[in-house]
Amino acid sequence: MHNKSITELAAGLRAGDYSSVELTQYFLDRIQRLDGELNSFVTVCKDEALSAARAADQQLQTGEAGVLTGIPIAHKDIFCTEGIRTTCGSKMLESFISPYDATVVAKLKAAGVVNLGKTNMDEFAMGSSNETSYYGPVRNPWDTETVPGGSSGGSAACVAARLAPAATGTDTGGSIRQPAALCGITGLKPTYGRVSRYGMIAFASSLDQAGPMTTSAADAATMLQVMAGFDRRDSTSADQPVPDYSAGIADDLSGLKIGLPKEYFGEGLDASVAKSIEEAISEYRKLGAEVLEISLPNTHLAVPTYYVVAPAECSSNLSRFDGVRYGHRCEDPKDLEDLYKRSRAEGFGDEVQRRILIGTYALSAGYYDAYYLKAQRVRHLISDDFTRAFEQVDVIMGPTTPDSAFHIGEKADDPVSMYLSDIYTIAVNLAGLPGISIPVAPAAGKPVGLQIIGSYFAEARLLNVAHRLQMATDYHQAAPAGI
Amino acid sequence: MPLDHADVKKIAHLARLDLSDERMGGIATDLTNILELVEQLSAVDTEGVVPMAHPLQMAQRLRSDEVTETNCRELFQSIAPQTENGLYLVPKVIE
Repeated sequence: MHNKSITELAAGLRAGDYSSVELTQYFLDRIQRLDGELNSFVTVCKDEALSAARAADQQLQTGEAGVLTGIPIAHKDIFCTEGIRTTCGSKMLESFISPYDATVVAKLKAAGVVNLGKTNMDEFAMGSSNETSYYGPVRNPWDTETVPGGSSGGSAACVAARLAPAATGTDTGGSIRQPAALCGITGLKPTYGRVSRYGMIAFASSLDQAGPMTTSAADAATMLQVMAGFDRRDSTSADQPVPDYSAGIADDLSGLKIGLPKEYFGEGLDASVAKSIEEAISEYRKLGAEVLEISLPNTHLAVPTYYVVAPAECSSNLSRFDGVRYGHRCEDPKDLEDLYKRSRAEGFGDEVQRRILIGTYALSAGYYDAYYLKAQRVRHLISDDFTRAFEQVDVIMGPTTPDSAFHIGEKADDPVSMYLSDIYTIAVNLAGLPGISIPVAPAAGKPVGLQIIGSYFAEARLLNVAHRLQMATDYHQAAPAGI
Repeated sequence: MPLDHADVKKIAHLARLDLSDERMGGIATDLTNILELVEQLSAVDTEGVVPMAHPLQMAQRLRSDEVTETNCRELFQSIAPQTENGLYLVPKVIE
């Protein structure tokens, strides 16, 4: 049952093979049995899930159900959920119960989805390994000595271990695609503005974007269909029509022009990862695609640009956590400044504090032009690289990550080496483009992700290109041993 | 440019973070390493390049200045650490 796609599960619900309550209980039992070791959930919402499942069963009986009615999923713990604790992986929000739902949560709820719980993540989405979570690291179900990636590591691990058919994630510099790659699942970061950011705890507002994490591109299309769309409550939400993401998903790929950026295949790329990517590209040739070498000459500037822009925006966004209105408050503050300083130092972990400090420095008087403004100019150059590339090709492909999953603790003491693991994903956020990571042939038994980047609002094309590979191969159906 | 303890102390004050002296050294090293990574940007020629603040170059949407939300003060204050008569309580600011 746990290996079935959302479409198959929805058909089973309609045929009466099982009820949503039975389906939900089945996944709750799996979480209970398997998540002790993985730690992919921060909060499991058993009672709320079963009550939502009962409501879904009624809708299924009266024929008012949509595709997702009664399907259990999990939410990254960055999305506010009314009445259910939202921690964002931080001690700061250990007992925070949101008074409202994020738009993504509300839309999925309205579509009849059952929320199994909230998934573990790097604190405030700052990290690439899930080790910065206050609630402990998540383990990769393929090899529990390794990290699942981050920051949506809990969502990736729970979908990989089939503890939920799908989960939501967010991606600021690779936080959907990198863990999807390391856990062998499908993860889509839509175009900036495609999915509402309302109620999604902000990290870097000009980069953050929510998306689905699933076992297949077809399921990602079903999820995105509900998640996407204009929201007046998000001032950067894109007022663009939402196309039917499943309609052309099986379209033929003859004549598709794929660009391979030479900068994504150079120094730093693991040889076995490169081999898996080349195998996938060969499959695309067989499917009728034309493959061209392209250049994104400013690729090497993406990580340095990101580590000015993202911390600057984070230092501004996280200033709201001050111990006054909600969140952690220190004991016996002697004055207002002491209240601010100790509440923040106690509530935030090391990586979050590092990024706040870097961002504060980059925005401080005398340094703004040299850092923030300079980075925004370079960001334009990086974005222009993609604009030029899309004049030549339809999609860009390459590895999602330079290496497969690394060991827990391996990069924990060296922030800069951790930052470099996002080298292929970060530029996509800086440009605001959509990108998807799908599993290809494993390297030494560990999952490898192929990243496919599209032009603005080309999510339907990305899902089509991803789905065709999943029709021709079965990489996406592989599950970790013992699952 | 390496950051020293005094720099970190100043930045920490601006960020309202209470950093103990024993953490200063490690943080100064980490921040210096990150700034070294970022330093590559200064060599890039960006003469005439417009800063990119928004990926889609969209104009900020505006709305008319009307009340559109209902008052949820009690609900929002129910999760606050300390309130009284609809006000958030903090240590005394003015004597």
